[in-house]
Amino acid sequence: MQTNQPLAPQGAGSTLIDRLDALYEYDREPVSEKKLHGWKTFIAMFAGEHVAGTEFVLGPLMVMHGVSAKDFFLGLLVGNILAVLSWAFITAPIAVKTRLTIYWQLKKIVGPYLTITYSVFYAFILCLLSGAMVTVAVTSISIPFGIPNPNYVAGDVLPTIPWVLIAVVVGTVIAALAVLGFEKIATFSKICAPWMILVFFAAALAVLGKLGATNFSDFWDVASNKIFTGVPIGDNSKYTFWHVAGFAWLCNAPQHLGMSDVTIFRYAKSWKQGFASAVGMFIGHFGAWIASGILCAAFLADGFVNPQPGNIALYGAGIAGAVCVVIAGWTTANPGLYRAGLAIQVATPNWKRWKVTFAAGVFMIITACIPAINANLDRIVAYNALFFVPLGAFVLVDVWLFPKLGLISSFTEKSRKLFSWPAAVAWFGSFFICFVIYGKDHLPWMERMIGDYLPRWVDVIQMDLTYLIAPEYILASLMYLGFSYIQQKQKKNVQLIQEGGLL
Amino acid sequence: MKKVLIVISFIGLVLTIVPSILVFKQVIAIETHFHLMVAGMFLWFGTSPFWMKTKSLDDEEKA
Repeated sequence: MQTNQPLAPQGAGSTLIDRLDALYEYDREPVSEKKLHGWKTFIAMFAGEHVAGTEFVLGPLMVMHGVSAKDFFLGLLVGNILAVLSWAFITAPIAVKTRLTIYWQLKKIVGPYLTITYSVFYAFILCLLSGAMVTVAVTSISIPFGIPNPNYVAGDVLPTIPWVLIAVVVGTVIAALAVLGFEKIATFSKICAPWMILVFFAAALAVLGKLGATNFSDFWDVASNKIFTGVPIGDNSKYTFWHVAGFAWLCNAPQHLGMSDVTIFRYAKSWKQGFASAVGMFIGHFGAWIASGILCAAFLADGFVNPQPGNIALYGAGIAGAVCVVIAGWTTANPGLYRAGLAIQVATPNWKRWKVTFAAGVFMIITACIPAINANLDRIVAYNALFFVPLGAFVLVDVWLFPKLGLISSFTEKSRKLFSWPAAVAWFGSFFICFVIYGKDHLPWMERMIGDYLPRWVDVIQMDLTYLIAPEYILASLMYLGFSYIQQKQKKNVQLIQEGGLL
Repeated sequence: MKKVLIVISFIGLVLTIVPSILVFKQVIAIETHFHLMVAGMFLWFGTSPFWMKTKSLDDEEKA
């Protein structure tokens, strides 16, 4: 009988690893059959999780980047279908086969040190995204006080002092609640979900008339000529079908291609329940993005400037809209900060959790006060995906491909190693290569540094960040496969395998 | 009692979405839509916590 109880690695006893194990102790065992859930649970979960504060930012970003109506709707359709297929055919089958959390899955494959590295970077990105959600909430709270929201497009690099003070208060409250735990907030966010979805649609519908639509049959004309006009606003770059499709597919890449949602789908009765993600995608990343795009366009057409989440929601739905923005920001930031605190806790020398969470909270508040973060949220989300998807590729290759090729799955755990060099080289190597390919054309400092030294065949490859995620996934898979082959065919390891020590 | 709460919750949701359709059809003013949405918000949040099932998967696993 196969056991999923990890063996103690050689040289274990490190308090860092012990603390990390203790943190995830309760979900060490695979989920038992009687704890499995049906379709309803997953449909409700996806519907609730994908209508969040970020949706108030991403729809307007697409409008600001001048995407055309045809590109936007087709891009969303294709991108969201690809996202659903990724959950259904990649994440859910792995989750149902192993029934382990991503933490234990990674630890078996890449070893504890790389799993800790994953946790620390994950904490960093969670703080950043939580900060963006504090910004979302503050854009609404600042309105009754008459405090202007920073306008990044107009050149505001920092907000005003009163705005910062509100961000400090909101961030402190969120950090305090995160210290107390996030179960109650999670419960509250589930109650909010159906109402929030309707607020999005109601706000958009109410302002459609201001754009000149008097009938539903006018929608396409208004969408093409007044909402998604195809002309970027300000200095924003032009987005096309490929940007929208790539972004819709990959904005949740760490969850599907990166496999972090195996933690959720390990409760599924069948891999087919991965298709439940369609509900979240088509309500949140289709309907809500369109709705917030409409709100943004109507707001600008009415002569207002600086379409921040709070402003546009108040414009379309009044006080209920403003409350919706605060709740959306708060309920997204709170669990993010809580999880970030947990992840950082293991890497700090015996700090209490409240101290760590508050430290993460300070970082979150600082990021909330940088308008460039929300203005570039799509870039941050893309970097997030680029960094984490290689780990999902390793899980896929290790669980599905290795047994078929005669290689040993979970070799790091079975050989009691603390570190998987094939995973480390493939992870950082694939990320570095893709980062250079993007940076040589988009980051001036990198262009100056390496521009003259690149061979011609590399120089001709010009790709946006989101386009690189799929090639990176394939590259990381091939690198991990190749390096693992070399590792497992080393003399000492061959001997160990032949002696049956790893089976 | 639970059924009454559920009905009130759904009235809250109706008050959230239907006024926007009426604004679009130019039947009511947008200010009325704002007021009705606030009423819907109070009805929803005043009743839904008492009947909505909100346990997470991990809660159930731990239980």
